[in-house]
Amino acid sequence: MQVGMTVNGEAHEADAEPRTLLVHHIREAVGLTGTNIGCDTSSCGACTIHIDGEPVKSCTMLAVQANGADITTIEGMAADDGTLHPMQQAFMENHGLQCGYCTPGMVMAATSLLQENPSPTEAEVRQGLEGNLCRCTGYHNIVKAVLAAAEGE
Amino acid sequence: MAVMGTRMLRKEDPKLLTGEAKYVDDIHAAGELWMGMVRSTHANARIDSVDVSAALEQPGVVAAYTGADLAEGYWIAPLPCAWPVTPDMLNPPHFPVAVENARYVGDIVAVVLADSRYGANDAIEHVVVMYEDLPAVTTVEVAASGDALAHPDLGTNKAYSWALDPDPDAVQAALDDSVHRVSARFVQQRLIPSAMEPRGVLAIPSPHGGDITLYSSTQVPHILKVMVAATTGIPEHSIRVIAPSVGGGFGAKLNVNADEILAVALANKLKRPIRWTESRSEAAMSTTQGRGQVQYIEIGADADGKLTAIKAHIQADLGAYMQLITPGTPLLGSFLYTGVYACPAFGFVCDGYFTNLTPTDAYRGAGRPEASYAIERGMDLLAAEVGVNPEEIRRRNYAVGGEAFENWESPSGLVFDSGNYRPNLDKALELADIAELRAEQTRRREAGDSVQLGIGMCTYVEICGLAPSRALGDLGYAAGGWEHATVRMLPTGMIEVVSGSTPHGQGHETSWAMIVADKMGIDPAHVTVLHSDTALSPLGLDTYGSRSLAVGGVAIAMATDKLIEKAKAIVAHQLEASPDDIVLDEGNLMVAGSPDTATPIQSVGFAAFSAHDLPEGMEPNLQEQVSFDPPNFAFPFGTHVAVVEVDTNTGGVDLIDYIAVDDCGNQVNPLIVEGQVHGGIVQGVAQALWECAEYDDHGTPLNPSLMDYLVPSPTEVPSMTVDSTVTPSTTNPLGVKGVGEAGTIGSAAAAINAVVDALSPYGISDIEMPASPQRLWRLINAAQEGAST
Ligand code: FES
Ligand code: FES
Repeated sequence: MQVGMTVNGEAHEADAEPRTLLVHHIREAVGLTGTNIGCDTSSCGACTIHIDGEPVKSCTMLAVQANGADITTIEGMAADDGTLHPMQQAFMENHGLQCGYCTPGMVMAATSLLQENPSPTEAEVRQGLEGNLCRCTGYHNIVKAVLAAAEGE
Repeated sequence: MAVMGTRMLRKEDPKLLTGEAKYVDDIHAAGELWMGMVRSTHANARIDSVDVSAALEQPGVVAAYTGADLAEGYWIAPLPCAWPVTPDMLNPPHFPVAVENARYVGDIVAVVLADSRYGANDAIEHVVVMYEDLPAVTTVEVAASGDALAHPDLGTNKAYSWALDPDPDAVQAALDDSVHRVSARFVQQRLIPSAMEPRGVLAIPSPHGGDITLYSSTQVPHILKVMVAATTGIPEHSIRVIAPSVGGGFGAKLNVNADEILAVALANKLKRPIRWTESRSEAAMSTTQGRGQVQYIEIGADADGKLTAIKAHIQADLGAYMQLITPGTPLLGSFLYTGVYACPAFGFVCDGYFTNLTPTDAYRGAGRPEASYAIERGMDLLAAEVGVNPEEIRRRNYAVGGEAFENWESPSGLVFDSGNYRPNLDKALELADIAELRAEQTRRREAGDSVQLGIGMCTYVEICGLAPSRALGDLGYAAGGWEHATVRMLPTGMIEVVSGSTPHGQGHETSWAMIVADKMGIDPAHVTVLHSDTALSPLGLDTYGSRSLAVGGVAIAMATDKLIEKAKAIVAHQLEASPDDIVLDEGNLMVAGSPDTATPIQSVGFAAFSAHDLPEGMEPNLQEQVSFDPPNFAFPFGTHVAVVEVDTNTGGVDLIDYIAVDDCGNQVNPLIVEGQVHGGIVQGVAQALWECAEYDDHGTPLNPSLMDYLVPSPTEVPSMTVDSTVTPSTTNPLGVKGVGEAGTIGSAAAAINAVVDALSPYGISDIEMPASPQRLWRLINAAQEGAST
């Protein structure tokens, strides 16, 4: 099936088997590999992207369901001149990443979290990121980064 | 410019934060084929037949192989085990695809190649395998009983018995003479390492050139390269191994896996790129697991609570086969069963047993968290027996009375490089405000509060900086423990560092640049680090055992020193001065006391490159290399304090605070040190409270997905207080010790000590890990019933 979507502001049209997961479509047909896959049970959040402004685990959707959608992936977060998004910058300044594998999903989920709740408490940050797993940081610096990003905004 | 010790932000972050970094699954090759593994669904079985014919009919399927198909012509040796711990250790041959018998659920019995990821996954469903079940050995205690045999042809489940027990009679006599004695049995449950990036491979052959490139999500590209050669018979110089961005490892990517060998062997035969990425649910079978021990420890003390003897006996669950360092992993802890304490008599015995489960191997801490757990739980038991509090029993027994020391011979015979235990403990207790916590605990106890407070501590020591090659040789390990570094100044004055360490989240690019920049007095942005590709960095022994800084970083520092010496000689020649008179000050070389002679060190790169005017006989170029073999291990230590609330109605445990004061010697970048500690703490607490790889009686994994296996999420853990003391190592010129495993080594014991402390009014003195609500609820209920009858 032909599937069309806008990804990071660019129109993209490609063939997809009806059963293709959106995350595989984005990684392999669109060719944007920043969105990662950490599980097969929708548990880890590594694949989090924005669809029409909402955070979505892209392994929980079929590519065909995203037909016509406006998608933002981690590749679309930094400005064109390379300036990092404030959330990316906060992760960097607070050492909120180690191996970086959970990071794209964390950044996407955290950005949405602040859109919903611009000044969250620590507990609200933790709750808001509950669907995103990180094995490296123990979450300490991720939470710090999100709180710092909230302060900065 | 002082760079060492600053909280410099990481150089590797921008590419990781923007999705630019490439992990194995992000890399593709034209014409690639996907492997699909057919895995045994039986823990122990004869394979009667494997029929791949229906799979071959599936769309996109290019080939399918049984174990018998691959038995000839694909490999020349079984998968390697590099650590035969005893001369008579049993090690049944372990081939990438099983031929006659499957020995665990997950053992590969057939392989399908297809032109797409989905196609390969579909096709494996069409492979028909007939099994004849054999009794499965699903726990190490069943293995020890011999009631069933994991490998019937071996006639026993015991692979080896290894002892560090020079005088067992003396240990027994000392125990028998002790005023106080405690003994315990602890279970170190199996853990699924769960790096967030699943493992993956991509092997790309060069049919005409004859070489082959293997991309793998590995911690050990250098070791893998040698082992691929030894296993497949492909000449070593034709193999290039690249570990691109690697999404965490924790020891589980320190191996040579069936999939890696299969990909290379099949790519080599078919002359097409071959790839595979494990699914998360597959990872519980396709990647090694951690821990898996039953520990018996006996501790004796005199009337004052001073240790008289410690005896430890371990049953290690090796799993179905020996992977790279399976047999040695439990022994890495053998030297630490006496912890940070003076103890006149010590004995350790480990019996390794085969079971019909996924092989075990290194997992963050590898043997040392287990040892630390046993002694630190044991010290709490002893404190209760003697009638003093946990910090007091520790103070009474610290090595050298808790005073600062250098080069202390520990009861196991290893010489601890340096330590200073009392101030470290005191700092942690002060940060935790232990008096206030205990007052709150008393208040809740007296009020009969349904939510009780528990405070647990652990004063650990670990062995880092693996390792002096001679020591590894004495332990029967096949390889050495050195690390290699090259430092070169390019014609424009920029620096390239080539390191044999292989990062997977530790921030080596930042730390190595800091070491070099600090020594040369230049901007760290002018230093780049090349690593993780055997073509760029041909010599190296990779990253595990908290060795990167204490061995690899030291090699870089030494190579930098050599380079600076050569630069001095060149500048001395230009200034017609003696090299001995040249000093390096803030990036400038000059004759001591004559600032007008200042020559930026970075300008020497061009002089060395053009070679127009070098001292007579000096080779062109500025490039120096060092292979550093450490003279001793390094012994970081620390105090961890866990604070938990236990809901006595539900058995639920809530970790509400955590204080860690670690001492890893001098710190290159405290930001990175703290990050390592945070992550390690949560992994250790996860063992204590949540994680356990569970199997049914048939050896079938019960929780192989992230839905059922409880990797903690952000809501399960609090923010932590992490601080440090600094006791420089005497093992290396940087005075550094290593910190990658510290958090994990201290935290499981601290967490369980806290839970036990909360429940001590119920007469509960031990809790098996993980301290799940079900387990606690039963214990509390049983205690209450016991009290009311
Ligand atoms: S890959 Fe989507 S939630 Fe794990
Ligand atoms: S940074 Fe490695 S999983 Fe989060």
